[in-house]
Amino acid sequence: MEPLTSKKKVLEQKPLTLAERLYLPAIGKGLAITFSHLFKKEATIRYPEEQREFSTNFRGLHSLKRDEEGKERCTACGLCALSCPAEAITMIAAERKPEEKDLYREEKYAAVYEINMLRCIFCGLCEEACPKEAIYLDGPIVPSDYLRKDFIYGKDKLVEAPLEKK
Amino acid sequence: MEISFVIEKFILVAILFGITLVIAMYSTYAERKVAAFLQDRLGPDRAGPFGMFQPLADGLKMFMKEEITPTNSSKWLFMVGPGLSMLTACIGTAVIPWGSDMTIGDRVIPLQVTDINVGVLYIFGVVSLGVYGVMIGGWASNNKYSLLSAIRAASQNISYEIAMGLSIIALLLFTGTMSLREISDQQHGWNWNVLYQPLGFIIFMICSFAETNRAPFDLPECETELIGGYHTEYSSMKLGFYLFSEYINMFVSATVMASLYFGGYNYPGMDWVLLQTGPIIGPLIGTVVFFMKIFAFIFFFMWVRWTIPRFRYDQLMHLGWKVLIPLAIANIIVTGVVIALVEKF
Repeated sequence: MEPLTSKKKVLEQKPLTLAERLYLPAIGKGLAITFSHLFKKEATIRYPEEQREFSTNFRGLHSLKRDEEGKERCTACGLCALSCPAEAITMIAAERKPEEKDLYREEKYAAVYEINMLRCIFCGLCEEACPKEAIYLDGPIVPSDYLRKDFIYGKDKLVEAPLEKK
Repeated sequence: MEISFVIEKFILVAILFGITLVIAMYSTYAERKVAAFLQDRLGPDRAGPFGMFQPLADGLKMFMKEEITPTNSSKWLFMVGPGLSMLTACIGTAVIPWGSDMTIGDRVIPLQVTDINVGVLYIFGVVSLGVYGVMIGGWASNNKYSLLSAIRAASQNISYEIAMGLSIIALLLFTGTMSLREISDQQHGWNWNVLYQPLGFIIFMICSFAETNRAPFDLPECETELIGGYHTEYSSMKLGFYLFSEYINMFVSATVMASLYFGGYNYPGMDWVLLQTGPIIGPLIGTVVFFMKIFAFIFFFMWVRWTIPRFRYDQLMHLGWKVLIPLAIANIIVTGVVIALVEKF
């Protein structure tokens, strides 16, 4: 059969020399190589004291954004919950009262907004689906915890950057 | 037999047992650290500074786990397997001379639990018994893969025992005595046996790798082929005994190699040091040097593990029977001829 490429490789199988048949010199060379690795720098990153750098597109913890006047953008439209493949987002909408005009941008807002971090797969589809540019996945890695219920992040807890004025 | 003799031996045995267990425990830690550094990574470094309490954490884990006995296994044999392994591992250290004689006051204390005049044969017998623990464990597990691995382990062990014995015969031709104390005394200063028996030493070292089921001869317990090998069905402390007895075996092999071939507690310049430091500290310095040699050998065991790939079963058998035994016999013949010629002239 014709060879598929024009590069032809001829395999030379010479019989082993005495030094090769002893195996001990080859083992000695191998030992020297392994020994030299003792003196090389380790590739380990000591987490959590050191951390790896993330790329600019890294998707971490969610945060619900505010606009320039400090009002919450999220209007509880539910598109993020609809697009979430893991069904991690739940919310309860509420009507804005007249005295809350500085808190929320539009008349509808999310009174309760919860993301279950154990369900979330950090795909970013909620960020793509949001029409108000309210949710972004720009936070750090979600830290570990002990109980399942502590992983349901509510509005006041860690989902938001709202409690600080941006 | 005076009571002071009994007390002295008892203290020696207790210290020796304690040191053996501690060294085996920290061998597990050293194995992980050395393996890590050879692979460009850090080993365990969270349990205490530099991870020094990792063996304690491992021991505690072993104790706390649940003991599972397979249903159709023979209960008595299942328990005896690891016990036998541990027993034969621990009694190997009884005849090794750990240092020259210590003189406290007017008592001369030999730093050796017992100096029988067939010391080498005793060690050899104990090493041969070690294979029983593995075989019984594999059989009693009622698991065909464990049995297969135990069969492999047994065949590997007895094949390499022969070459080990033959290489020791050449050494005995040279030293003329089987007592380990006298072999150590003959290697005073620079006079180490490895200079007279280099081939014998290499054969002995390869065989002790095989006897302790240590890579590259670790087919009985390789995780990639036989899950856990003969200790698959064991859990908690019985598994702990098997793993521990492997490290104790490694320690004993390193000790035997160091004392037979590398001079034991002898080092160049020891006479001067013994004069300077007196009869109590002097022998202890010899013991410290001995332990440094042992640690170097243990490091070598670990170094080789991460360098050489594992032998296939037929390659292993070929090496043991068709390469090492002829070499060992040739070694005996050459040694005998050389000794006869030297004595003639």
